[in-house]
Amino acid sequence: MNEKNPLARFRHQLGHSSDVIRDRWAHTPGWQRWIVYVALIIGAILLPSESIGSFMSPDTDWASILFFPIGTYVLLAIGLNVVVGQAGLLDLGFVAFYAVGGYAMALLGTRLGWNFWVILIVGIGICALSGITLGAPTLRLRGDYLAIVTLGFGEIIRITARNTDEIGGPNGIRGIPHPPSYEDLVLFGINFSDTFGVDPLKYGVLDPRPYYYLLVALAVVVIILVKRWEKSRVGRAWAAIREDEDAAEVMGVPTFRFKILAFAIGASIGGAMGVLWAAKSISINPNDFQFLLSATILAAVVMGGSGNLPGVMLGAFLVAWLPERFRGLQEYRMLIFGAVLVALMIFRPEGLLPSRQRKAELKEGTGGMGTLGAEVPGPESRGEEVASK
Amino acid sequence: MFNDFINQFWPATIDGLAFGSIYALIALGYTMVYGVLRLINFAHSEVFMIGTFGAMFVPFTLGINSALTGFALVGVIVLMILAGMLASAGTAVALERIAYRPLRKRGASRLAALISAIGASIFLQELFALVIIPNVFDRPQQGRVQMGLPRLMERTELFSIFGHTVRVDQVLVIVAALGMMVVLDRLVNATKIGRGIRATAQNPESAVLMGVDIDKIIRMTFLIGGAMAGVAGALYLISYENTNYFIGFLFGIKAFTAAVLGGIGNLRGALVGGIVLGLVENYGAIFFGSDWKHVISFTILVLVLMFRPTGILGESLQQARA
Amino acid sequence: MGDLTGPNSGIVIPPRNGAKLVIDEYNKTNPAVKIELVEYDSQGDGSKAVALAQQAIKDDKIVGLVGPAFSGESAQVAPVLEEAKIPSISASATNTKLAENGWKFWHRVLPNDGVQGPSIADFIAGGAAAKNVFVIDDKSEYGKPLADAVRAQLGTKGVQVTNDSLDPTESDFSSVVNKVAAAKPDAIFFGGYYAAGGNLLKQLRDKGVKDAKFFSGDGSLDKGLIEGAGAANAEGALVGCPCYIATPDVTDAKVKGFADAYKAAFSADPAIYAAEGYDAATVFVEAVKAGNTTPEKINEFIASANIAGVSKQIKFQANGEVEAKDIYIYQVKGGAITLLGKAAEAKLG
Repeated sequence: MNEKNPLARFRHQLGHSSDVIRDRWAHTPGWQRWIVYVALIIGAILLPSESIGSFMSPDTDWASILFFPIGTYVLLAIGLNVVVGQAGLLDLGFVAFYAVGGYAMALLGTRLGWNFWVILIVGIGICALSGITLGAPTLRLRGDYLAIVTLGFGEIIRITARNTDEIGGPNGIRGIPHPPSYEDLVLFGINFSDTFGVDPLKYGVLDPRPYYYLLVALAVVVIILVKRWEKSRVGRAWAAIREDEDAAEVMGVPTFRFKILAFAIGASIGGAMGVLWAAKSISINPNDFQFLLSATILAAVVMGGSGNLPGVMLGAFLVAWLPERFRGLQEYRMLIFGAVLVALMIFRPEGLLPSRQRKAELKEGTGGMGTLGAEVPGPESRGEEVASK
Repeated sequence: MFNDFINQFWPATIDGLAFGSIYALIALGYTMVYGVLRLINFAHSEVFMIGTFGAMFVPFTLGINSALTGFALVGVIVLMILAGMLASAGTAVALERIAYRPLRKRGASRLAALISAIGASIFLQELFALVIIPNVFDRPQQGRVQMGLPRLMERTELFSIFGHTVRVDQVLVIVAALGMMVVLDRLVNATKIGRGIRATAQNPESAVLMGVDIDKIIRMTFLIGGAMAGVAGALYLISYENTNYFIGFLFGIKAFTAAVLGGIGNLRGALVGGIVLGLVENYGAIFFGSDWKHVISFTILVLVLMFRPTGILGESLQQARA
Repeated sequence: MGDLTGPNSGIVIPPRNGAKLVIDEYNKTNPAVKIELVEYDSQGDGSKAVALAQQAIKDDKIVGLVGPAFSGESAQVAPVLEEAKIPSISASATNTKLAENGWKFWHRVLPNDGVQGPSIADFIAGGAAAKNVFVIDDKSEYGKPLADAVRAQLGTKGVQVTNDSLDPTESDFSSVVNKVAAAKPDAIFFGGYYAAGGNLLKQLRDKGVKDAKFFSGDGSLDKGLIEGAGAANAEGALVGCPCYIATPDVTDAKVKGFADAYKAAFSADPAIYAAEGYDAATVFVEAVKAGNTTPEKINEFIASANIAGVSKQIKFQANGEVEAKDIYIYQVKGGAITLLGKAAEAKLG
């Protein structure tokens, strides 16, 4: 790398300081880490306050956009990160699972009158199942083929929903029930609505904050689970598949089964978010599930640093928040968003907070996912990459 | 149902061929770039979109708003195709220079390149909707509204098959697209540049050792692929007479599908894939209704990939078949 | 509120202009209580519209809302407004189901698709005496129910109906056109927006479907239909609409006054729903004039309002629907949209 370039030097220093922080983090004793985690959760709960909102989103209701798009994107990005960041499977149709979750909530809620909590669990099951059904035929494909097939599936699901009158066709479904409310919650002798001005379990129409708290709770559960997986045998298998599928296979990793598992887990997370989102928004229709959403979530994952959970969440936050924050720029906000995306990839292709493994690979010059670099070619052979299997 | 199929077979075939040729021309850009860089150039759809506007610029500046005949017509059509090629090829080369080369030099992951492409794609769409269409084409406040082309070429019947009319514009699209394919095939197989492209596709390391200027080859690949999308844009505009800032999206997905269908990296595969896709869509629509068109083409794609993952003709710029 | 920058903004900007006109006129009279018009660009996206509505309620403290423009976003925004007790009047959302929710604060100043569809169908079978009709929809929240209403009504009249749908994001409708050509209908109805409608019409005529009359609904009532199809192809096309457009040949003084004022303010002829936007805002202005400044008071006023608007007499039913149920038929003549008359009375010239 050209060290005379001031930009490159800055980048280097930034990388270095983040290394220092991470080293320290890795050596922090467990109880101190827990303090940080709890502080983060409290921070997330305090986030929707008006004083923050007036800066964060002067043009729209802050608590609302904390739920959608910000919170929604964050959770979807965590789900997609399992598939893309950890198992290295390029999925361009992630929105399909979000749609399946949304429709599960809408149909079971309006037709069968099920309770939100039951649907949440059943919905997660349905989505995991749909992930497996979709994965079984497609996961034999690799790389870009998988990308285009998942893209195709995302579109198929959307168009099928639009064309099927039994599930509302283009009108979608209306009158989706909210989660059951417990009004005037009193806990430890504290009346929440009087003390804090918010009724945290009252799922009405007007106040988006209860939904946001529910989302935070869901996110916490998901993050804990995903972290456990990452550190387990499953996570190591994923990493092996991501780095070199053939080698993993030879070493005795049942790659196909683990790829399906990644798909199913990613799908469940996307689906859970779909259920929650549908329960808040009362009505859904097929146009809520466009390809652009898949692309945006993928952009969030890569921008934040594919494979690294805090990075991915940061990426999703920025992707969702920036266009809302700069509503003042009106029409030009998407133009700027596009340009920022390109600039970011040019100056920091590994993402804002990259996973360490990825960064190490980048230094070697192989880039992990096949080489673009003609100057520093990677060691892998190219021709058979897709054709095998 | 079957009766419908027989009744509509010939018109569907002709429309399928015409549309398939446009898919094929766009698919070339995907296939060439993929062959050389192993990269899905996601912003290629915008290259096509800009081609339609490049072509639109000719009648717009000349102030033509009625049908032409004879040499004037031929002249304007040639100018439109050239303008489309120029606009698209310029965009494609600029894309490579700005959005891909810096990443390539740093050895970034393909995923990063994909995101860069999506960013570039959004940027170009918005650029047209907000700046170029309102200002250059003098349509203030209407950047997102579809823009029509005045009728340049009368829709006269050229000949008919079993009582079904075949119009001049349809023949023009098919013939021009095939002509372009032949030119490109010669270019890749019989020129020095073509040899460089094939060498790079097979093995970039060896190509560098053999003295191939790889940056130049990549630039040429984008240039040629872009020019083809420009031709597609001009032909599309002439026959369908409208365009908008968002038009690239659907064409991009379809053309990429066509490229994969035919065997990505394979130039002749792009032609076959494009035409097969065009025909299948139109035939399928007769049976299932036009609203299932996209579902049909994506289902075909999934099926082909499952049973023959390298596409109909097999992938490969690198296996020296192209 | 509505889609001010998205692809279908052509249908939202005119009513916005209409509303702006009333409020500017009112503020010019220097009243004690001025009305401020705040615009919200939802881009037709329900989720965005909800966030904007909440901002409008909490921070901007609006007392009433003109909109939301589309049926889809209305379905999401109306419950929010309902709970916040903010009255809304839409100038363009025509989906039938909206009125079936028991909302007290939601109104619209035009009849719904359930009225529009059958009226147009009656006209197709009656005024135009068609026996074989090809009905196409664009699979949108708006086009599909409208086309279905037309299909159902045509079915009861013993007319032969053939169906297909198209995808409005596409521009090649050849498979639809081939079907139409094979079915040889004497009338075609398209439920969808003008951008796709124009292309469809052009491709139909190019394919030699010359004699079948082309019908469409309010979403296609825009000069974009003529631009898209070309003046020659669009000639004679018929468009039904629950709206009343002040075409240049109108004589009614009130309508003419509105058209002139609109033209002076925006240097354009009033287009689709401009009159409805004007009327919706007029209701609010009248409410404020009568001394109502809180949302609840305004809503009470709206419930009992009986105002002579530009487009029609404005009087709301309990479910928020407007009483007047007239559908007007327009025809393209010489490259311009002209009024033919009410659907029940109009005759083909």
